[in-house]
Amino acid sequence: MPNVMIRRKDDGGLLFYIAKKDQEDTIATVEIDTEEQWGGDIELTDGSKYYIDPMSPPPEFPTTLRFKRG
Amino acid sequence: MATISKEETEALIQEVLEVYPEKAKKDREKHLAINDQSVEQSKKCITSNRKSLPGVMTIRGCAYAGSKGVVWGPIKDMIHISHGPVGCGQYSRAGRRNYYIGTTGVNTFVTMNFTSDFQEKDIVFGGDKKLDKMITEIDQLFPLNKGVTIQSECPIGLIGDDIEAVAKKKSKELDKTVVPVRCEGFRGVSQSLGHHIANDAVRDWALDKRDGDDSFETTPYDVAVIGDYNIGGDAWSSRTLLEEMGLRVVAQWSGDGTISEIELTPKVKLNLLHCYRSMNYISRHMEEKYGIPWVEYNFFGPTKIAESLRKIASYFDDTIKEGAERVIKRYQAEYEAVIAKYRPRLEGKRVMLYVGGLRPRHVIGAYEDLGMEVVGTGYEFAHNDDYDRTIKEMGNATLIYDDVTGLEFEEFVKKIKPDLIGSGIKEKYIFQKMGIPFRQMHSWDYSGPYHGYDGFAIFARDMDMTLNNPCWNMLQAPWKKDSEAAEEVAASA
Repeated sequence: MPNVMIRRKDDGGLLFYIAKKDQEDTIATVEIDTEEQWGGDIELTDGSKYYIDPMSPPPEFPTTLRFKRG
Repeated sequence: MATISKEETEALIQEVLEVYPEKAKKDREKHLAINDQSVEQSKKCITSNRKSLPGVMTIRGCAYAGSKGVVWGPIKDMIHISHGPVGCGQYSRAGRRNYYIGTTGVNTFVTMNFTSDFQEKDIVFGGDKKLDKMITEIDQLFPLNKGVTIQSECPIGLIGDDIEAVAKKKSKELDKTVVPVRCEGFRGVSQSLGHHIANDAVRDWALDKRDGDDSFETTPYDVAVIGDYNIGGDAWSSRTLLEEMGLRVVAQWSGDGTISEIELTPKVKLNLLHCYRSMNYISRHMEEKYGIPWVEYNFFGPTKIAESLRKIASYFDDTIKEGAERVIKRYQAEYEAVIAKYRPRLEGKRVMLYVGGLRPRHVIGAYEDLGMEVVGTGYEFAHNDDYDRTIKEMGNATLIYDDVTGLEFEEFVKKIKPDLIGSGIKEKYIFQKMGIPFRQMHSWDYSGPYHGYDGFAIFARDMDMTLNNPCWNMLQAPWKKDSEAAEEVAASA
């Protein structure tokens, strides 16, 4: 269950950063991304998957969240 | 590189790996790569931030070096105790050339060495009492210090001293910042973890001291320069440019920096991050906690400076944007003259780099401005996010090496035959004796600054001075030269 910091990139995409691993990746898809909810299965551009329980209201970025490996 | 193709580079890597035993070969193979700009993520081609192999010669430092030497050490008005045996502090004392203004021993302490000088009895009975006494004595002898940091050396972690408790107690007693840093040398694989630990210590013990205190007058143009260690005055030559374009530099981290600047940093509007590797952690923290955005910039060479100034200005209103253009214009004649003078002398020369932190990728632009080409680069302690950033800067089919070993570096140099090598003091004399011009890219070879437009002029002069030095033609003893000439004469006769 890595702690992940998520921040907006200059181009508006979301950057997925795991401090422990110094891993920076862009989020490719988010399962639920609406005005009310955010979360579910998350896929990164390198193909790895993570999961977070959908949150309501959606979090404000940048923030640190706890993900599960999907 | 015009002369070597991808296949040849590949063959070169294989050839160098040949000497290793099977297991070591497999491990080292992952750290050597050929640059391919089409690769988006470096982890597909290179492995980094792994333990060095036992038995090879590595150039890495330790976590203590990363914290005391890099992040905390340059903060000038604090006293940094090398807590543990005397050697770690003494042998690294004042070697880094991070300049500062102040009277050493009165209100600034950077080049001094403070150590608790552990003896056998401290190991056996614990060193907390000694540390407690020491901080009291420091405060009596140097009353103008603004705080103390306790930089742990290996034994502190091994014997389990509670330096946090001492720090809390003394902080209350003296009403000064006392920061315990758990940067024991055995932690992590290189100095990189020391940077992280030091950043976390800043976050936990110093950064939030002035939260909720609004007495500091802010302007909309406040910025902090983060990750510039003022080697040979680098931060100063960067700072002038920023101030000229209309920004107010509130804090310098940590070259020529003070503890009060650190405490004021959460009040700024933008963090300017030069050394990504050593200070990204705290920038990310400030982004999350205080909503301060951060931007990476590069002040090596006019092309990158102009690019960076515009990038920084894009975070502000039109007055700053105009300011950036004004600054670029003001220095244009100056740097064009530098290029006109040195480019003909340096054009087409090939450079190999092996440094740490940010320089393996940041100085590429400066070399290119002088018409030189970087044919190989590598980091001592980078992580994959650094290589992500490097791939774009380097040409295709050039060499990238991570935590290169002494043997590999020498072999690469023998095969690639660069015209100049930029690395550190440990590599300098090997390559000079091999007859290859060499510049130290850690300490700027006792020159500097290299940042900013002023620094670029010095950079160009230094590169020319080294590369075109007549001594490189005199490496062969004159009698040997003569006998060869005589043989030639004899053969032709």
